[in-house]
Amino acid sequence: MNNPLGKLTWDAIPFHEPIIMGTAAVVAIGIGGVLGWILLKGYVPYLWREWITSVDHKRIGVMYMVLALLMLLRGFADAIMMRGQQAVAAGDAQGYLPPHHYDQIFSAHGTIMIFFVAMPLVIGLMNFAVPLQLGIRDVAFPTLNSVSLWLTASGILLTNLSLVVGEFAKTGWMAYPPLSELEFSPGVGVDYYLWALQIAGVGTLMTGINFVTTILKMRAPGMGYMRVPVFCWTALASNLLIVAAFPVLTATLAMLLLDRYLGFHFFTVDAGGNPMMYVNLFWIWGHPEVYILVLPAFGIYSEVMATFCGKPLFGYRSMVGASMAICIFAYLVWLHHFFTMGASADVNAFFGMMSMIIGVPTGVKIFNWLFTMYGGRVRFTVPVLWTIGFMVTFVFGGLTGVLLAVPPVDFQTHNSLFLVAHFHHVIVPGVVFGAFAGYQYWFPKAFGFRLDERWGKRAFWCWIIGFHLAFMPLYVVGLGGMTRRLQHYDVMAWQPWLLAAAAGAVIVLVGILCQAIQLAVSIRDRALLRDITGDPWNGRTLEWSTASPPPAWNYATLPNVTGIDAFWTRKQSATGRFALAAAPSEYQPIEIPKSSPIGIVNAFFAVVLGFALIWHIWWMAGLGLLGIFAALLAFAFRREEEIKVPAYDVARFEQLRQAEVVP
Amino acid sequence: MNDFAVALPGIARVVPASEAGPASKRIVVAYGFWVFLLSDIVMFSAFFATYAALARETAGGPSGVQLFNQTNVAIQTACLLASSYTCGLMSLSIAARRLAGTYFWALVTFALGAAFLSLELREFAIMLAQGATPQRSAFLSSFFALVGCHGLHVAAGLVWLTVMMLQVTLRNFHATVARRLLCFSLFWHALDIIWVWLFTVVYLMGVLP
Repeated sequence: MNNPLGKLTWDAIPFHEPIIMGTAAVVAIGIGGVLGWILLKGYVPYLWREWITSVDHKRIGVMYMVLALLMLLRGFADAIMMRGQQAVAAGDAQGYLPPHHYDQIFSAHGTIMIFFVAMPLVIGLMNFAVPLQLGIRDVAFPTLNSVSLWLTASGILLTNLSLVVGEFAKTGWMAYPPLSELEFSPGVGVDYYLWALQIAGVGTLMTGINFVTTILKMRAPGMGYMRVPVFCWTALASNLLIVAAFPVLTATLAMLLLDRYLGFHFFTVDAGGNPMMYVNLFWIWGHPEVYILVLPAFGIYSEVMATFCGKPLFGYRSMVGASMAICIFAYLVWLHHFFTMGASADVNAFFGMMSMIIGVPTGVKIFNWLFTMYGGRVRFTVPVLWTIGFMVTFVFGGLTGVLLAVPPVDFQTHNSLFLVAHFHHVIVPGVVFGAFAGYQYWFPKAFGFRLDERWGKRAFWCWIIGFHLAFMPLYVVGLGGMTRRLQHYDVMAWQPWLLAAAAGAVIVLVGILCQAIQLAVSIRDRALLRDITGDPWNGRTLEWSTASPPPAWNYATLPNVTGIDAFWTRKQSATGRFALAAAPSEYQPIEIPKSSPIGIVNAFFAVVLGFALIWHIWWMAGLGLLGIFAALLAFAFRREEEIKVPAYDVARFEQLRQAEVVP
Repeated sequence: MNDFAVALPGIARVVPASEAGPASKRIVVAYGFWVFLLSDIVMFSAFFATYAALARETAGGPSGVQLFNQTNVAIQTACLLASSYTCGLMSLSIAARRLAGTYFWALVTFALGAAFLSLELREFAIMLAQGATPQRSAFLSSFFALVGCHGLHVAAGLVWLTVMMLQVTLRNFHATVARRLLCFSLFWHALDIIWVWLFTVVYLMGVLP
């Protein structure tokens, strides 16, 4: 019996699971409502023209942020379900989640939070801010940037599709073999994981190539290496890591796919395969990935501190040096994720020491931020609160990391909730707080009005209190022997701690609600929060010198950079803030890249291809592949790559802006 | 007036390359493509590492010594290296804006690439017929993945070259077309570099006792 839809039948949809079906119904109503509203209001042409096909780095950055914040809700929903389950499933009680569902939830939580929340958050902020800070008009390859965005969206779509059609991996977010091999995971869950990550991974790699080229080859005149804003330096380090690490993930997942689809023996337990090969390769990508996420956040903290302390960043050169040192050390610590593999004591000692050494450049950064504050006039705005919250929290999270870097200690705490507490303790303040600081910091640049401070502060306090309440207990139960990923446990003494952790998760939820309210309130009060100057924080770097929101061409004339903190220097000079903008009486026409639907068309076929491969629908996979090829071919033959903005339009925009700003 | 004074010879300082402003599109495209090639080489390095770790895991099946045909591989290598040379000649024709030379050397490059690929496929077919399939052992899995991945790249290069010749026919040496041809030649040479490693690690070291 040959099903034209491969393995796909009605059985794939879990009608008998009320939790999943209920969620699916709510999500369907939500998506349907939004789509209906867009259709009724007639926004489709606008969205298509101005956003979906846009290759403007600012718009792409905003869309990455939207994706990331939506996925944060999904990932957090998974988190709170796990906390709920562990709070009740002690002793005889089994909780409300059966094991096969609980296993999918923790796998989806990790996968979504790393790949579809943290990554789009930092990539979104880099997209938005890096070209502006470099004083240029777009990234090196604007259309490729759009392709990257939509491939990330494809990965997200496939991952979320697994909720209702089939299942997600039950293997944990690292999908270690032999468990993830066909023999032990015969369902489509691991295939969803693999194809979603392969498709999104191509997009991320393209982003890395794009930004390395942009930062190294496309800076404004005068911006030598020692004048590049620190955020751009950390973005460079992060993207270099993407270029050098993501191909390893692609190769590793490809090998697992070959094992699963064609019966190869890379990671099987028989025929000479070696599962530890996967674990090594995975973490050769995985450890740099930690720094891919955390370095741009460090850059944001640096910008925030310099701006809101009204001082140049302390130790600019050491900050650059520390970022690049981390960039290299990131490749020398991967084995600390599996000291228990059974490597020799010498090998473990080497990686243990390297893991401690890599803490040094990070320590340098912490001191630099503290010395930036010292003697400054600190304005305690929301971004500064996130930064201080990060410093306090991250130092302790880092210290538990140094504990885990001692192999004998790691043997005791390996795979326990102590480890889970540790990595949340570094990633949440190190990445999420940084992204929130950047969100609040650059929001007025993107939309022309600030975010409400009161609700921002409420969100911050809920997050920081909730975070500590949620994760400190996990250190305790982890040391007490509780392993990670338990759907149920018998030790009743753990339950009070896990109840506390659940309460912490609820407080974080309140923080997220505060952020949603903050956005709504800010949009409502946008007239009050409007920023006409384009420089709401008295900023130091170039992005604050242009209008908010910036025009498609960013700068009417490329700024001429003479030092670090280019805009600050200009503001201090006698000629004043707008001297440079007003100087050229004759504006030149500006070429900006033309919008293109290739990104979303390509992503559409990528979803078709991925879905077909997951379900073994070979004819549909052929169609998807053909579609991608045809779309790329059609794109390769397009005639117009740029559109010209007439000098008149540029001049008019500048005049209107100056009339608004200078009374 | 001040602007003029700064531009006077003797007062103007020499601007270092890092301060010269955004590079030209040709430089940016070639540089970006280089970065892509480096990432591709990193991907190959993962396959190389896996091959090195699994090369002796034959699980009782055939080993490299029994399977590899040195003559076949030598001809393959000659084809690919020669195609790199002819690809260089194509680049010279493009630089001189000579259509006939471009078509001719592209055709030779394509033919040599196709010959390489068909020899590789023949080698694979012979191995499969002997029962030396990728499902047989971890060694063969890693062998087929590594060599096959290179072969896929060559096949993609052949498709790319065909499309590029179509573009040359339609748009001559338009700046966009010229940039893409430059990227193609970088790609083709990079495949050669990978083949040299592959040839050494797989086919030469593989037959060591």
